[in-house]
Amino acid sequence: MSLMLEPNPEQLKAQKVYKEMGLSDEEFAMIEKILGRLPNYTEIGLFSVMWSEHCSYKNSKPVLKKFPTTGEKVLQGPGEGAGIVDIGDGQAVVFKIESHNHPSAIEPYQGAATGVGGIIRDVFSMGARPVAMLNSLRFGELDNARTKYLFKEVVAGIAGYGNCIGIPTVGGEIQFEPAYEGNPLVNAMCVGLIDHKDIQKGQAHGVGNTVMYVGAKTGRDGIHGATFASEELTDQSEEKRPAVQVGDPFMEKLLLEACLELVKSDALVGIQDMGAAGLTSSSAEMASKAGSGIEMNLDLVPQRETGMTAYEMMLSESQERMLIVVKKGREQEIVDLFSKYDLEAVAIGTVTDDKMLRLIHNGEIVANVPADALAEEAPVYHKPSREPEYYREFQAMENEIPAVADYKETLIKLLQQPTIASKEWVYDQYDYMVRTNTVVAPGSDAAVIRIRGTRKGLAMTTDCNARYMYLDPETGGKIAVAEAARNIVCSGGEPLAITDNLNFGNPEKPEIFWQIEKSADGISEACRTLNTPVIGGNVSLYNETSGAAIYPTPVIGMVGLVADIEHATTQTFKSAGDLIYLLGETKDEFGGSELQKLTYGKIFGKAPELDLEKEVKFQKQVLHAIREGLVASAHDVAEGGLAVAAAESLFGSGNLGANIKIAGNTVSALFSESQSRFLLSVKKEHQQAFESLVDARLIGEVTELPVLQISSEEGLVLAEQVEALKEAWKGAIPCLLK
Amino acid sequence: MRFAVIVFPGSNCDVDMYHAVKDELGAEVEYVWHDRKNLDDFDGILLPGGFSYGDYLRSGAIARFSNVMKEVVKAAEAGKPVLGVCNGFQILLEAGLLPGAMRRNESLKFICRQVELKVENNQTMFSSTYEIDEVITIPIAHGEGNYYCDEETLAKLKANNQIVFTYNGSNPNGSLEDIAGIINEKGNVLGMMPHPERAVDELLGGADGLKLFQSIVKQWREAHVVNA
Amino acid sequence: MYKVKVFVTLRESVLDPQGTVVKSSLHSLNYQEVSDVRIGKYMELTIEKSDRPVEEMVKEMCERLLANVVIEDYRYEIEEAVAQ
Repeated sequence: MSLMLEPNPEQLKAQKVYKEMGLSDEEFAMIEKILGRLPNYTEIGLFSVMWSEHCSYKNSKPVLKKFPTTGEKVLQGPGEGAGIVDIGDGQAVVFKIESHNHPSAIEPYQGAATGVGGIIRDVFSMGARPVAMLNSLRFGELDNARTKYLFKEVVAGIAGYGNCIGIPTVGGEIQFEPAYEGNPLVNAMCVGLIDHKDIQKGQAHGVGNTVMYVGAKTGRDGIHGATFASEELTDQSEEKRPAVQVGDPFMEKLLLEACLELVKSDALVGIQDMGAAGLTSSSAEMASKAGSGIEMNLDLVPQRETGMTAYEMMLSESQERMLIVVKKGREQEIVDLFSKYDLEAVAIGTVTDDKMLRLIHNGEIVANVPADALAEEAPVYHKPSREPEYYREFQAMENEIPAVADYKETLIKLLQQPTIASKEWVYDQYDYMVRTNTVVAPGSDAAVIRIRGTRKGLAMTTDCNARYMYLDPETGGKIAVAEAARNIVCSGGEPLAITDNLNFGNPEKPEIFWQIEKSADGISEACRTLNTPVIGGNVSLYNETSGAAIYPTPVIGMVGLVADIEHATTQTFKSAGDLIYLLGETKDEFGGSELQKLTYGKIFGKAPELDLEKEVKFQKQVLHAIREGLVASAHDVAEGGLAVAAAESLFGSGNLGANIKIAGNTVSALFSESQSRFLLSVKKEHQQAFESLVDARLIGEVTELPVLQISSEEGLVLAEQVEALKEAWKGAIPCLLK
Repeated sequence: MRFAVIVFPGSNCDVDMYHAVKDELGAEVEYVWHDRKNLDDFDGILLPGGFSYGDYLRSGAIARFSNVMKEVVKAAEAGKPVLGVCNGFQILLEAGLLPGAMRRNESLKFICRQVELKVENNQTMFSSTYEIDEVITIPIAHGEGNYYCDEETLAKLKANNQIVFTYNGSNPNGSLEDIAGIINEKGNVLGMMPHPERAVDELLGGADGLKLFQSIVKQWREAHVVNA
Repeated sequence: MYKVKVFVTLRESVLDPQGTVVKSSLHSLNYQEVSDVRIGKYMELTIEKSDRPVEEMVKEMCERLLANVVIEDYRYEIEEAVAQ
C-alpha cells in the first residue's frame, strides 16, 4: 500500500511540490494556464515526466533542428519509435540507438539489460523484426574496483538480455577515460528488418477504437525514471533513485513474437512501446500524433502490486509493456492472439475526439489534460552558449610529435591500451551468431549480416572518438560520422543513414551547451556531405558527477547496405603475397591520439583535420574497388595509427606477417591519427585494376613469415613476431580485470 | 524425411535449425509449437537452442513438462532420431532421456565462439559421415554447458561408447572429460552443447555441422528407402 | 495454509564455481576464516490446505521440478500459517 497522502492542488502550489518533480515555477505557471485551473497531483506528475528533457528535448530541440533528417530513401525520420530507410525490393531497415546511462551507473546489470530491452521494443513496435544489436560503452579507467565492477556488470547485463531474447549482438565500441569514472555511458542500438507494407505507427486514430494494454503487469518500479535521467548524478542519487527496473527478456521474447504476429492483423490501428514515462508518454503521444484523445480506466490496468495510485500507474516504468489501439469490436482476436504466448491483452480505454487525455480511477476522473500539451507543448529553451577557455588554448597549440624511444615497445604498449586492445573478453559473452546471419562478426570495422532470401546484406557500426570531440567538438562531430561511414565502406557497404545518441553534461552550463551546438554542426555537415541523414536518436544530458562533465560523446550508429553479400569484406589480411596499400595522407597529427595519451597521460591540442570532400572521394574509390572484387581486406586507420592498423589486420589471419615500408617522419608514419586513411590489401593479379581505381600508395606485402616488419628509408624501424603482438593485444583487458 | 523443430516459449535457435534443415540439407521441416499432442507425422525430432521459459529455475527444467515432451519421449522410444542442441540438450537431460546434468560454465560467463570438437564415435546415426577422431569446428553459445554426471554413469557412458563429441584442445566450459555431446544407450537420442545448425554455410564461417544432419538422413534412407 | 521454505543447493560432490569465486573474494576482503561457500536457491511457497499431506506434496515438487536431483540437494521447512 502507498501510505503517502497526496497533497491537494492548493498544497501542491503553496509548497511547490512540483519542484521536487523537476518542474520550475515558470513551467508550473504555464501548466496552470493551459488547464485554466490548478493541476492535481496526478496531473502534475504527467506534466513533470512529459516535460522532462528525456521526453520533451526541451533543451536540445533547437540543436536537433540542425540535423538533416530527410532523403530519398528515408521512409520514417525522427518522431516515431525508430527511423526507417528503404533498401529496395519492398524491404526497409529500421534502427535506433538509446542511452541507459543513469540507471546503469546505479545498477549496472539491470540498467544495461533494460536499456537493451527498451531499444528492442522501439524497433518491433514499428512492426520490424529485430535482427541485430550493437552498443557503445564508456567507462573510467580500469584501475579501480568500482569501474571494473561496472564494466563487468554492464557487459553481463547486455549479454543476459540480448542472448536470452535471441538477437545477435554483433558490434560496438568501448572507450575508457577518467571523464566517465562516475558516469558511465551505456548506449544500445537495435537494427530491424521490415517489409514496407508492415510499417506501423504509434497513433491512436478512429474515435471509438479500443486502447489495449499488452505485456507485463505494472508495478511501482521506475517511477520518475525519465526525470531521474534528466538530472545530474549526485551523492543523493542513490537515495533518490526510483525502484530499479528489472528486465525480463523471456517476457519480451514472447511480446516480440506476439507483436510481430499482431502487425499482420488489420485489426491493429497503432502501437507504441511504454518506454520512458510508461503509460503517460505512450497514451499522450499516440493521441497527440493522431489529433485525437484517449480515455483510460486505470482500474483495468494489469497491476503487479496492490493499492497503486493513478500517479504511480501512470509514471511507472515497468518493462516489457506495449500500448496498442485496435478496431472496435476486434478486441477478442487480439486477446486470443496474445494468449497463445501466455500474455495478457486488456482493453483499458477508448479513442475520443476531444484531444484530451482523461484518466479514470476508482470511478472518478483523476486527470483531464490536453494530450498535445503533454506531448508537444513543453517549453523550448534556448540555452546560452560560450566557447570554453580550454578550446581557445588547444586551438593555439602547434601540432607536436611525441618523442618515441623504442618503436616496438611503443607499438606493444599501444596495443595494450584498453581502448585499442582486443574486446574478445566482451564479445565472447554476446551471442553474435544466433539467427545465423552474421557474416562479419565482432572485431572487424563494421559487422555485416546477410538478409536471408536475398543477395543483400547490412553493415552496421557505432562510433565516436570522444577525445577528438572534447578537443574540438565540431571537427570531432565530423570525424565521428566520417569514421562510421569509413567502417561501413571497409566492410563493403554503402552508408545509408545514422542514428545518434547525444551524451553530454549539464546543458545549463554555457560551455557544455557550446559543445552540444558545435558537435551538432559537425555531425550535420558530415551527414549532408556523406548523404547519411539522421533518422532518429536519443539525447542524454546531465551526464556529470560532482560537477564534472563527461567528454562530449555524440555516438553515431550507422547502417549501410551491402548490395551483394559477396562484397562483405574484413580487415584481416588473407594470403601471403598480397600487396598492401595505404590510401590517404598522413600528417603530424597527435591531438587526442593514443600516443599522446600514452606519452603525456593527458590529451591536448587540435583534433586531426578532416576534409569531407576528400573523405567522400576516398570512400567511393574503396567501395568501387570492393564491388569490383579487387580488395582482399580493408581497414580504417584509426586509434594508434598505421602500425596498430597493420597489426590488427594480421591478428585474425592465422599465421601471416607483413613487410611494410614507411616514408616521412617515422613517428607520424607509424602512430599519427590523421583521418580519411584506409589500409587495404590486394591480390597481385589485381594490382593494375586496383591502382586504376584507387589513389592508394603501395607500401608493402603480406608475408608467409609471421612477423610484422616495418622499415623506413633509413632501415628497419621495428620487427616483431605477430604472435607476441597478438598476445599483448589479446591479454590486456583480461589482465586489467584480474 | 520430415523433421520437426520443436518451439518452446523462449526458444531462439528454432529459426536457425529450420533453415539449416530446409535450405542447406534440403529436407522437409516444420515448426512444432510446444503444446502439440502428436508427432506421428515426423521422422526426426529437433530440439533447438535458446532460453525456453527464460531458463528460469534451471535450463530446460520447465520445458520438459510441456505437452510435446510426452510425444518426444514416445518418438525416442519408437527409435526415431531425436537431436537436442544447447538448450535442447539441457531439456533432454531434465527429461531423463539422457543421463547427467548441466552446471554453469566454470568461468561463470556466457561463452560464444568457434570451438574444435573431436568425433569420438562415428558409429551413430548422427555421426556416421564423419571420420573417427576427425576434428571439426562448430560454434558454442551457452552459459550452462558444464556437463556433469556421477562416476557410475560416466563409466557406463564410456563402456557403451556413448560419448560422441568431446572438446578438442581447450575445454571452454569445464565439462567432465571434455564432453560436448552424448547419445543414449539405444543410439537414437543425441544431446550436444555446440550448434551444428550454425555451421552449415561457408559464408558464415564453416560448414562442419552439415555432416551431422546428412548422417541422420543417410541412416533414414538406408532404413526406409532400401528398395527404392 | 502453509508457508513452505525450500532450499536447493548443489550436491557436496559437485563443484560450485559461483561458491568458489565468492569464497576467494571473501578471502580478499580478509575473511580468511571462510573455508567453504556453497550457493543455492531459496524459494517460498504458499500452499493451500488440501486432502494430500503437505509434506508429501512438497517432497514430490522438489523431486519433480524444484531441484535437479542429479546435481542438487534440497531441504524444506513447513510452517502452518493463519490466513490473513
